[in-house]
Amino acid sequence: MFPLGTYPYIIGGLVIGVGVAFVYITTGLHATQSSLFSTTISYFSKIPYFQRKTYLDSREWRLYFAAGVVLGALIYTLTISPDGFWVTSVQWWRLLIGGVLVGFGTRLSSGCTSGHGISGIASLSTTSIYAVVTFIVVGIITAHAMQFLGVTP
Amino acid sequence: MNNRNIVLFIGGLLFGFGLAFGGMSKPEIVLSFLQLRDYGLILLMGAGTVVAFVAINIIPKFMERPVLGGEFKPRTRVFNRNTVLGAVIFGIGWGMSGQCPGSALSSIGIGNLPVLIGIAAMFVGAYVMGKFFG
Repeated sequence: MFPLGTYPYIIGGLVIGVGVAFVYITTGLHATQSSLFSTTISYFSKIPYFQRKTYLDSREWRLYFAAGVVLGALIYTLTISPDGFWVTSVQWWRLLIGGVLVGFGTRLSSGCTSGHGISGIASLSTTSIYAVVTFIVVGIITAHAMQFLGVTP
Repeated sequence: MNNRNIVLFIGGLLFGFGLAFGGMSKPEIVLSFLQLRDYGLILLMGAGTVVAFVAINIIPKFMERPVLGGEFKPRTRVFNRNTVLGAVIFGIGWGMSGQCPGSALSSIGIGNLPVLIGIAAMFVGAYVMGKFFG
């Protein structure tokens, strides 16, 4: 079940939760991830969908939050990481096609692993629970299909 | 930089550190979960959700409003066809690439520069969604 042990997962999850909790208790905001794409596009696109008030109001803090996410992982890498810098062996075309689907799907669904997954379930939102069950089941099926087609890792 | 942005930056530092510590920054770890070889990500998401649950449901019983003002409001979204359709499309992309929005951002921080392809692609996907289906 847990070939790499359980403790990195539990500690990592707790630290994520503390980050989300700290933001919520201090500001009342939900520190979630996928909205960043739409709110950042609002700086460049005049399309009404992107110019909605909630995006304009949150686009600045979402950039600070995203910068923190990148730097937090960098701090881990430069301090206690056993691996140091690390590069994936997942093929570029999977990152590309998968990325387009992730960007499209998370925005259509109004949430991702963090928005529906952590903040949504913690808010006891049934919408989020349906979304999470759906993307985990579809993710498992897709990952197995890729494996079956001989695509690794 | 105003106080709210400082808070979000610090929250982001914790979020990114946790993703990297828990291995989710690596698409390989995400794929090992989705291929049902390592169930660790359930623990990561569970632990994160429990802490967030306390902040969202219990802390507001003892505090009237957030420290910097604003209001406490759980995260709710209206359920409709797009909730499921979007989650299906996201699930396909997640299972193909092992990336989701937060894990991809944190992956830059562990030096995984190919993930920039994935992040650029996520912007494209979000743009197409807003332009044609928003």
